[in-house]
Amino acid sequence: MNSDNPDPIIFVRGVNKTYPGGFQALKNIDLDIKRGEIFALLGPNGAGKTTLISIICGIVNATSGTITADGHDTVRDYRAARASIGLVPQELHTDAFESVWATIKFSRGLFGKAPNAAYLEKVLRDLSLWDKRDQKIMALSGGMKRRVLIAKALAHEPTILFLDEPSAGVDVELRHDMWRMVHGLRAQGTTIILTTHYIEEAEDMADRIGVINKGELIVVEDKERLMRKLGKKQLALVLRKPMASIPAGLNAWPLTLSDDGQALIYSFDTQKEESGIAELLRALGEHGIDFKDLQSTESSLEDIFVSLVHKPMGARE
Amino acid sequence: MNIYGIRAIYHFEMARTFRTLWESIAAPVLTTSLYFIVFGKAIGSRMGDIDSVSYGAFIIPGLVMLNLLNESISNASFGIYMPKWAGTIYELLSAPVSWAEVLLGYVGAAATKSVVLGLLILGTARLFVPYEIAHPLWMVAFLLLTAVTFSLFGFIIGLWADSFQKLQVVPMLVVTPLTFLGGAFYSVNMLPPLWQKITLFNPVVYLISGFRWSFYGIADVNVAISIGMTFGFLIICLAFVWWVFKTGYKIRN
Ligand SMILES: Nc1ncnc2c1ncn2[C@@H]1O[C@H](COP(=O)(O)OP(=O)(O)OP(=O)(O)O)[C@@H](O)[C@H]1O
Ligand SMILES: [Mg+2]
Repeated sequence: MNSDNPDPIIFVRGVNKTYPGGFQALKNIDLDIKRGEIFALLGPNGAGKTTLISIICGIVNATSGTITADGHDTVRDYRAARASIGLVPQELHTDAFESVWATIKFSRGLFGKAPNAAYLEKVLRDLSLWDKRDQKIMALSGGMKRRVLIAKALAHEPTILFLDEPSAGVDVELRHDMWRMVHGLRAQGTTIILTTHYIEEAEDMADRIGVINKGELIVVEDKERLMRKLGKKQLALVLRKPMASIPAGLNAWPLTLSDDGQALIYSFDTQKEESGIAELLRALGEHGIDFKDLQSTESSLEDIFVSLVHKPMGARE
Repeated sequence: MNIYGIRAIYHFEMARTFRTLWESIAAPVLTTSLYFIVFGKAIGSRMGDIDSVSYGAFIIPGLVMLNLLNESISNASFGIYMPKWAGTIYELLSAPVSWAEVLLGYVGAAATKSVVLGLLILGTARLFVPYEIAHPLWMVAFLLLTAVTFSLFGFIIGLWADSFQKLQVVPMLVVTPLTFLGGAFYSVNMLPPLWQKITLFNPVVYLISGFRWSFYGIADVNVAISIGMTFGFLIICLAFVWWVFKTGYKIRN
């Protein structure tokens, strides 16, 4: 996978994780994250996203496998590896009694950086937290706590940022602020790895997509290429007269009838040279089928994601 | 060495102490005052001297040790248990800090707090009973050594505990009995011969005896043995913490 990429910022090889109860959460994960990209890790609940992130960040020990971050082994050379990583965890774990300012100062120090009030002020301002700097964290709303966690993760100026479901429980405005910030960070050269259950978000944001299911990484692909490769287009022909079934003479065409019999749906591959639409229309004319409208739709990343995750193992490319 | 990291942890822990400064200091000082009134004055006035030290003065080192042990253990165990419980430990685990640095921060802060408290209790005692300190440097050395060792022990309890009950159980069921039976209120020589032998298995006997020696020059057991035993315990605790961090036992799954 990705052997064309000579200098990955994160390099994961053969990582397995079996939790003490005996549950295998990750199965032989190989993954390269490119320098400076936004990488979206998608997968259903329990797929292993958080486990993988936790292992890379040093929170959970892998059962086997190796990982390097910015060229440093995350176990043997953990200091250098961890110093380059910032993590916004999925759960809102905060120190209730600390003030916002104290907690981000703590984070910066913990990661070995000399104090820099000007930088921390900028982080807080970018996240609209500056007026809340003296408040106790427990007095903040959930979305504000999420911002505090982001500020903590950025406090030591990491070059790699993990965002584990940053948009969970976050309103539209914060989501937009956050994505603006992510783009800003990327523009400065920060590599960003995020997980999300809002697939449109990944579709908007990410350069590359990885899909993980039941502990296995099933796809890692450039977003555009993934959508082209696995995306399907559909043409819906709204019939003038509803039908009970598709005429036998059209069996050769990949057609389905909508539930109400009002429309014929033709699916075609975006990869193929010829869509076959012209021939289809001719064939319909020969069968005397008349239609009053036609619409074409393209599958979203969400459709692709659902089909990937639900396809049986053997059927994948 | 991540100096900023150590400092951050130390400050974080000290800030936690200062937030609850009143409770942290008032409770132990008050209980100790009660001890001095009841044992030192009321009962002590009817007790003879022990090794020519008045009973009120005799119990001072023991009471300081009692508080030192309790405070060290509860501070340090609480300090590391809280982030585990609240989930904020993710940050510590993902930070570029070694186990030794984490220890310096947490144990350093817990020990600082209990030493300050020990000195406060010594000051309080002064209001009730006159006493002298024969070997002040040794006194401070014992204070520091004990605070560090038992903060380390508390840190281990905090790592091990996975509920608030477990956090309480070791201090209550093990440490309190051992300190009471450790010669805080009596000299080991006052026990029947068999119990004099049995009591030697109690590590707290060595701490209190050594500490009392630094005050009055009297000891139940040889001072060198006292120091040796405390260091031995310190090293066992260090080895255990090192192993915990190396294997990730109970914290990194
Ligand atoms: N500490 C643990 N002990 C045992 N099993 C665990 C532990 N943590 C996670 N698991 C299991 O490992 C699997 C992967 O969990 P993980 O949290 O990585 O999923 P995820 O992809 O992040 O899911 P979500 O989208 O819900 O956040 C799940 O089946 C989970 O139950
Ligand atoms: Mg997760």
